Amino acid sequence: MRYEAPQDVEAAVRILAAEQGAYVLAGGTDLLVKLRSEMVEPDVIVDIKRIAGMKAVMPEAGGWRIGAAVSGAEMGEHAGLVAAWPGVVEAAGLIGSTQVQGRATLAGNLCNASPAADSVPAIVAAEAVVRVVGPKGTRDVAVIDIPKSPGKTSLGAGEFIASVFLPARGARSGDAYLRFIPRTEMDIAVVGCGISLSLDAAGKVAAARVALGAVGPKVMLVDAAAEAIVGRALDEAALADLAAVCSKAATPIDDKRGTVDFRRHVAGVLARRAAVIAEARAKGEKA
Amino acid sequence: MSRIHVTTTINGDETEFLCDAEATLLDVLRDELGLTGTKEGCGTGDCGACSVTVDGRLVCSCLMLGAEAEGREIATIEGMAAGEVLHPLQQKFIEMAALQCGICTPGILVAAKSLLERNMDPSEEEVRYWLAGNLCRCTGYDKIIRAVMETAADMRRAS
Amino acid sequence: MALDDTKKIKNFKVVGTRPNRPDGIDKVTGRARFGADIVAPGMLTGRILRSPHAHARIVKIDTSKAEALPGVKAVVTRADFGDVPEHVADVMDNCLAGAKALYDGHAVAAIAANSVAVARKALKLIEVEYEVLPHVTDVDEAMKPGAPVLHEGRQQETVPEGLSGNVIARSEFGHGDIEAGLKQADRVVERTYRTGATHQGYIEPHACLATMSADGQGDLWVCTQGHYMVRNVCAAILGMEQGQLRVTASEIGGGFGGKTVVFLEPVALMLAKKSGRPVKMVMSRSEVLRATGPTASSSIDVRIGMKTDGRITAAFAELRYQGGAYPGSPVDMGSMSAFAPYDLENVKTVGWDVVSNRPKAAAYRAPGAPMAAFAVESAIDELAKGFGLDPLAVRLMNGAKEGTKASYGPTYPAIGLMATLEAAHTHPHWTAPLGENQGRGVACGFWFNFGGDTCVSLNVTPDGTVTVSEGNPDIGGSRASMTMMAAEELGIPYDQVRTVIADTGSLGQNEVTDGSRVTFAVGLATIEAARAAKREMCKRAAMIWGIDADAVEWEEGAARPAGPNAGKFPPMTLKEIAAIASNTGGPIAGHHEVNAEGAGVSFGTHMVDVEVDPDTGATKILRYTVFQDAGRAVHPAYVEGQFQGGAVQGIGWALNEEYIYGEDGILQNAGFLDYRIPVASDLPMIDTVILEIPNPGHPYGVRGVGETPIVPPLAAVANAVSAAAGVRMTRLPMSPPRVLAAIHEAARG
Repeated sequence: MRYEAPQDVEAAVRILAAEQGAYVLAGGTDLLVKLRSEMVEPDVIVDIKRIAGMKAVMPEAGGWRIGAAVSGAEMGEHAGLVAAWPGVVEAAGLIGSTQVQGRATLAGNLCNASPAADSVPAIVAAEAVVRVVGPKGTRDVAVIDIPKSPGKTSLGAGEFIASVFLPARGARSGDAYLRFIPRTEMDIAVVGCGISLSLDAAGKVAAARVALGAVGPKVMLVDAAAEAIVGRALDEAALADLAAVCSKAATPIDDKRGTVDFRRHVAGVLARRAAVIAEARAKGEKA
Repeated sequence: MSRIHVTTTINGDETEFLCDAEATLLDVLRDELGLTGTKEGCGTGDCGACSVTVDGRLVCSCLMLGAEAEGREIATIEGMAAGEVLHPLQQKFIEMAALQCGICTPGILVAAKSLLERNMDPSEEEVRYWLAGNLCRCTGYDKIIRAVMETAADMRRAS
Repeated sequence: MALDDTKKIKNFKVVGTRPNRPDGIDKVTGRARFGADIVAPGMLTGRILRSPHAHARIVKIDTSKAEALPGVKAVVTRADFGDVPEHVADVMDNCLAGAKALYDGHAVAAIAANSVAVARKALKLIEVEYEVLPHVTDVDEAMKPGAPVLHEGRQQETVPEGLSGNVIARSEFGHGDIEAGLKQADRVVERTYRTGATHQGYIEPHACLATMSADGQGDLWVCTQGHYMVRNVCAAILGMEQGQLRVTASEIGGGFGGKTVVFLEPVALMLAKKSGRPVKMVMSRSEVLRATGPTASSSIDVRIGMKTDGRITAAFAELRYQGGAYPGSPVDMGSMSAFAPYDLENVKTVGWDVVSNRPKAAAYRAPGAPMAAFAVESAIDELAKGFGLDPLAVRLMNGAKEGTKASYGPTYPAIGLMATLEAAHTHPHWTAPLGENQGRGVACGFWFNFGGDTCVSLNVTPDGTVTVSEGNPDIGGSRASMTMMAAEELGIPYDQVRTVIADTGSLGQNEVTDGSRVTFAVGLATIEAARAAKREMCKRAAMIWGIDADAVEWEEGAARPAGPNAGKFPPMTLKEIAAIASNTGGPIAGHHEVNAEGAGVSFGTHMVDVEVDPDTGATKILRYTVFQDAGRAVHPAYVEGQFQGGAVQGIGWALNEEYIYGEDGILQNAGFLDYRIPVASDLPMIDTVILEIPNPGHPYGVRGVGETPIVPPLAAVANAVSAAAGVRMTRLPMSPPRVLAAIHEAARG
C-alpha cells in the first residue's frame, strides 16, 4: 500500500482515476477501521487534507460551503454555521467521541454510505448539495442522490466529494436532528431523524423536509411527512400525524441494534421531538 | 514497498521516523518511537486509550496514519509533565485515586487536559460528555470526573 | 490470636488514611509497563488463526504455504503439543483447538513472523479444512435432547438420563422442606429470569512476550491476574518443570476475573521454542471479545413464598448456566450465593452446568452470583411490593446475621448484611422524592471471598527502609494497601516502605488475584511477615542490650524494653537496628507463607433511582448509592473505587451489555462499538457508604471488597426500571427495545 498527499484536486483525481484500489482519506475515522479489520485492502490511500480549500468553511450565496476535510469539531466552533444550521452541526457533532469529532467529516460520513450515518438525515433535510470532482470535471449533486445502498455511493471512478454546500437559510426557518442510541454517546444511530422547516408569518409550517436514518437501506427523504405538516400549525394533532407518517414510512430491519417494531415507533417519536425543536428555532427561541 | 519518511514534532521535539503506509500514528508512537504511554484498547476509535493531540486537536492516534503526521505537532502523555513536575491533572488523579488499573489513564489525562485548555470551568455534564469516548472499566468514572472538576477549580483559583 | 489482635489495635495510624499510591506517578506519566509495552531484541510477532465457524470438525490443517512465506519463523498447531496432562487438557484445547473448533473465534493455528505485515499475510496462507457441524449457543436450547452435542462422555453421574450431553453436571444445595414452606405462604411468585452473557471488558487486551532457550529454560512477561498460575499451567502444557519457567507479571490493565486463565501464553512459548526467538503476542479487541472468557448467560426459575407480613416461608431456584465450550460454568457459586443474604427455614437450589458453542466462560467479578441475585432479588421485590411492604423492611426481616445457617451450608460468624440494610434504610436517598416515570430499586448481594496460597517476603534494607515482595499483580491499588499494612505493623511512615510484585522465581506459590483475596490474604501475610521481622529486630536489640529477647517489645517503630524489670534502655528504632544488622547477625527480614483461611463473607445493599422514557424505553440512571461492609477499609478511596466500579459494571450488565450471536453462531458485536459498556455520560456520581464490621479472620479485620459490588446492581436496576416503567422486567439486558416492547405489551393488557 502507498500513501499519497497531493497538493491539488487534479493530482488527487489523477491517482484516484488511475488506480482501482485507491481510497480517499479525509478524517479517516471509517477508513482506518476498515483498514485494520482488512475489510478494505487499498493499493493507495489519497489524503486530500493538503489540498487547498479542503479545510475551509466559506460563505457562498448566503449559505455555507464546507470543505470535505472540515471536521465536526471545526464545524461546531464555526459561529456562522452554528447560527444558520444548528441541526446539521449537532448531527455532525454526534458522530463518535470528542476524539472522532476531531477528524470525522460530513463528506466522509456521507461517502461511508451507512444508512445510520448521523449527519446525513440532517443534510438531506437541509437540501445540501455536494460538489463532486473527478476526471470528467466538476458536478453538483443533491445529497440524497449520493448513497445508493449500504456502503455504496453513486460516485464514479476517480470521483470524490470536494465540499458540501448548505444553502441560505430563509427567514423563520430552523432545523434539528435527533437520533436514538442505547447509551448517551459512542453508539451508531438506531433511528435518526432530521427536520428542516420554515414557518409563515402566522406560525404555520410553510415548507418542510423530513429525513429518516437507519430505517431503510439508505437515508430516506419522507415527502409524506412534510406534506403532513405543511400548512398546519405544529399542534398536537399535526405532530401526531407527523409521527404516524414517519413510523409508516420506515422500512427497518431487525438487527443487533434494534428491532423493526422499535425502529418504526421511535422514528415517529424522534420526528415529533425534532419538529418541536426545529419549530422553536424557526421562531427564534432557544432550543 | 518503501517506507515513508516523516518529519514531525512530538512533545516539542522535532522527530523523524520511517513508517509503512498502513501504520497508524499509534503504531508509530509505540513501535517505532518507544512512546508506549499511549495505549491501544480497541484500534477502532471506540475506547480513547490512544488519545493524543495533533495541532492541539484531540484525536485517537489509532484512527490516523503515521504518514499524516508530517509537519504536525503531536502531544502525548509523555509530554504532559514538565520534567519532575506533574501537570495538575496528573497530580490530582493520584491524590484522588482517579485510577485503578491505570491503562485508560494516559488517554483520559490527555483528553481532560484538552478540555481544560478550552474550558476552564466545565460543568459535570460537560466533563462527562467530553470524556465519553474514553472508556474506563475500573472506576465507574466517579473519581475521574471529580478529579477533573477539582483540577479545573484549582487552576481557576491559581490563574 | 487474630481476634485479640483486632481488639488491641484501636487507633490505626496508617490504615484508614488515603496516601498516594506508590505506582501513581508511573501510571499518570505513561511510564508504567503493561503487557504490550515491552520489547526484546530479535522479537517476532505472533498471531493466531481463528475459526470462522461456531462448531466444526477440523479435518486438515495445511501450514506449508505459510511456512514457505519469507519472514515466517514458526507455525504452530495443536499437533506440536502432543498429549498434555488431564488437568490442563481443556485449557490446552481452548488455547489451540484439537479435533473440533467449538466456537466462533476458537484458535486453530498460530504463526510467528518478523513483521506484522508478514504475520497477517501468513495467516491467510494457512489452509484449514472444516467439516461444519450444527451448533447451539442458547442455554435452554443446549439442554434439550437432540441439541448438537459438543463433547461426548463428559456428562457426570449427577445428571439424570434423557438430557442432552451438553448438560455436564447437576448440583443441589439447601435445607428444609420447600413444598411445605410454600404451603404456608400467602403468595408465591414463580418466574423465569434470563441474563445475557457479558464480558469483563478490561481495556487492556491480553498480551505476552515469551522466550525459550534450547536448554529448556523459559521466560514469560505477561499481563495476568496470576503469574504463578500462568507458570504452572504453561509448564504442564509444555512438559516443563515449573522451576524452569520464570513468569513476570506486567502492570495489568484490568482483569475482573478475565485474566485468571491462559489463552496466548502456551502458544507464545511454543512459537518461541520453534523459532528460537522471542515472540510477542497481543490480542486485538475483537479477539478479546470472541475468544477470551466472558461470563455465563443464564436462565433461572425462582419460586418464593411470603406471608403478608413479609416473612419468607420458602425459597427455591433452579439455575441453568451455559459456560461456553467446556465444562465449568459458575453455576455452583451462583446457586450457593442466590439465597445467601437470607435466614430461611426452607431453601433449595438446583444448578445445571451446560456447555454451548461459545467461548469458555472465565471468572467475572463474583462469578455466577450477579445473575442469581438478579432473579432472587427481583422476586423478593415483587412479593414485597405486592403486599405493599417496604422492600428494605422485608429484607431486614429476613436478612442473615451472625448465627444464621446459610443456604449453602455454613453458619455465619459476625457479618455485615444488617448493617448495610440499616444504613440504607436511614439514608436520605431512601426517602428522596421521585418524579414522573422514575423508579427506585434496592437489592442485596453476597460474595464468599477467598484466601488461598500466599507468600510475602519483607526485607529491611541497611538504611532502615523496607521492601515488601508479594506475588499478586496490583490490579487496583493493592501495592498501596500492602505498603500501608506493613507501615502500620512496623510503626514506620508509609513512604519508608516499597512494595514490589515479585516474579515466580522470587517467591513460593501464590494463588491468582481472585476471590477478592489480595487485601485480605496478602495483607495478612504482609502483617505476619512484618511481625516476623519485628521479632528478629527485638532479638537484635535484646542482644545489644544483653537482655532476654522476651523482655523486648516493639512499639511505634522501635524496640523497647518490655517493662521496668527488663532494664532501662533507650528505644532502638528500626533504622538504628538496621544500620548495625551486619554486626548483630546479618540482614533482617521477615516472611510468611500461608494458605489463608477466614476470608470472611461480604454483603452489600445497593439503591438506585432511574427514569424510563416511556416513548423509547431508554433508561437513565439518576442516583446510585452503594452500602457495603468492608470489614476494615485499609485505603478507603480504593474501597470506594471498588464499590463504584462494580456498581457500574453491574449497570452495564443490567442495561446494555450482551453477547449477541446470530443464527449462524457468529458473534455479532465483537467490538466496543456494539458491546456497549457504560460511558462517562451515561452515569451520575456513585455514592458510597462503607460499613466496617471487622472480619475475625484478619488481624486488622479486613474483608475482601472487590466482587460483592457487582452482585446487587442487576437486580437493583431491574427493580427500579420495573417500578418506573410499570412492568416487571425479567430479562437482561433491559435494552430500550426490550423495555419499550414490555411497556407496549403491558398497555395492550
